[in-house]
Amino acid sequence: MLSVKDVEVELGAFCLSGVDFTVKAGNYFVLLGESGAGKTVLLELIAGLLTPARGSIMLDGRDLAGIPIQKRHLGLVYQDQALFPHLTVRSNIGYAFSGEARDRVQEIAARVGATDLLDRKPTTLSLGEAQRVALARALIRHPRLLLLDEPLSSLDVPSRIFIRSLLRRLNAEGLTIVHVTHDYEEALALASHVAVLENGRIVQAGTPEEVFHKPRSRFVAGFTGIRNFFRGQVVADGDTRWFTLSGVRVALPPDHAPGHGCVVFESDSVTVSPEQPHGSARNVFYGNIIDIETVPRGIALTVNVGLPIHALVTAASFRELGLTLEKKVWISFKSTAVRFIPDEEKP
Amino acid sequence: MAPLKLPDFFTLCLWACGGVVLLFILAPLLHMSLNVSPGMLTQTATDAEVLRSIRITLLTALAAALLFSLAAVPFAWFLARRKFPGKGVLLGIIDLPVIIPHSTAGIALLSVLNRESALGRLAETFGFSFIGNPAGIALAMAFVSLPFLINASREGFASVPQRLEKTGLTLGASPWTVFFTISLPLARRSILTGFVMMIARGLSEFGAVIIVAYHPMVMPVLIYERFTSFGLSYARGAAVVFLGVCLVFFIILRLLSGRQYHAQR
Repeated sequence: MLSVKDVEVELGAFCLSGVDFTVKAGNYFVLLGESGAGKTVLLELIAGLLTPARGSIMLDGRDLAGIPIQKRHLGLVYQDQALFPHLTVRSNIGYAFSGEARDRVQEIAARVGATDLLDRKPTTLSLGEAQRVALARALIRHPRLLLLDEPLSSLDVPSRIFIRSLLRRLNAEGLTIVHVTHDYEEALALASHVAVLENGRIVQAGTPEEVFHKPRSRFVAGFTGIRNFFRGQVVADGDTRWFTLSGVRVALPPDHAPGHGCVVFESDSVTVSPEQPHGSARNVFYGNIIDIETVPRGIALTVNVGLPIHALVTAASFRELGLTLEKKVWISFKSTAVRFIPDEEKP
Repeated sequence: MAPLKLPDFFTLCLWACGGVVLLFILAPLLHMSLNVSPGMLTQTATDAEVLRSIRITLLTALAAALLFSLAAVPFAWFLARRKFPGKGVLLGIIDLPVIIPHSTAGIALLSVLNRESALGRLAETFGFSFIGNPAGIALAMAFVSLPFLINASREGFASVPQRLEKTGLTLGASPWTVFFTISLPLARRSILTGFVMMIARGLSEFGAVIIVAYHPMVMPVLIYERFTSFGLSYARGAAVVFLGVCLVFFIILRLLSGRQYHAQR
């Protein structure tokens, strides 16, 4: 589908170099990077708004170099929506078409929940409404690829839930999406594939499991932030919510609605002890240490309890407890330390 | 009732500065206007030569602005959006007509428009001459007033977020469509302001016009001619009538550009 090979561009002091990645048809590709990492520049390169100094960008086997922007059939949604302020929402959505597009505008507006907004001017819209309109405008031409620049940041919670769900549905219907963000939760909630961009370079790419569970560099580990994340289903049992995977049951706070999604908890909220703990933690497991890694904040352990759980201990604790590879230990964490990112959220 | 608060010393000084400047602008105009008798005003306002001159002045200034805006406005977009070597020099050249003496501008124009020049000879083959012709007057007006339109339009285009134009292109619109449907409407207020300024500068041009075309007489030339031939009081009538026409014309144009701006918001 989309293949970016060894792309290089220089914009003043900023340089994007040796950027390589492939997005297969139907993928939801999330490009993670901090502000200033070059995410928007990369989207503009794909869209044709910037020209690479070196390298190639191929779409469906065709080199995009020399193909004018307007003939690339790509949808681009900027973080600030870039709605045309002098046109109504209807004219914004139907911008690409002449008069006969009325039905099409209605249809796409209904799809994104913007039917009531059609006669309004963009300056009167909330951020969430503006984002829906921007999406509708990009989708009306049935783009081959949808490029999204931080589409969920700065949105309120109900809008974020709505747009996330819409994006997931569009992807499920076959639309290939490239989404750039600085928020790893967005990647967990949406991505089929993730790439991490640092200082103008892709430092790691793969499935979310590969990137988050096996960060290849300190930057990726720090940036992706969290290694304990598992995809599965949460079920209700009285006051408790349970997430079950590979025979391991993790208790969650009761305020989560049951459903499919990701559970996430920080490795420093996991306590390691040689004896069975008797504290208030509801999640207590027994397993053997399968990996030990020195990290800037201490020692990162991976304990196999049926699932690989990552725990962070200080070097002093590590020595005192006499932790070694294959040693059996107890791990525990509170249910309140566990967050759930549902696949289908309801506002 | 709250006690009346007197403005502080600084504010009073600012008001005083404003008063001096406004007095400097308004006093001569008011003095001139109040020293024309109603009889003289009526006589001048119905004088066929004056009316003809007003018509030529307005039409040539308007024609110059309209004609040159076709090239100047897209060029202003180009200047606002593109970076290229020598751009600073180019911007300096555009401002040149503002700083050179207008009689110099007139002489320069005459050198390229006279009957012996290549352009003059080309015009002759079509049976007309720039010299002593409204076309020559319009060119002289445009020469001195174009920087106002280009600079105002350039600033207007520069204030349009580039992302809007980029988005238009990704939606399948051609660069021309984006220019006409996004850039131009959003920069409209600045362009109209520049357009009004260009007309204003054209209407009042004397130095360049008198060298290229003494006849047909535009109002600044007619006022000068009446002053040198008949004296101050006779010229004053024509000056006041032209001042009135200019004021009415600008109020209408300003209102139109203001209304269009509000309509687009």
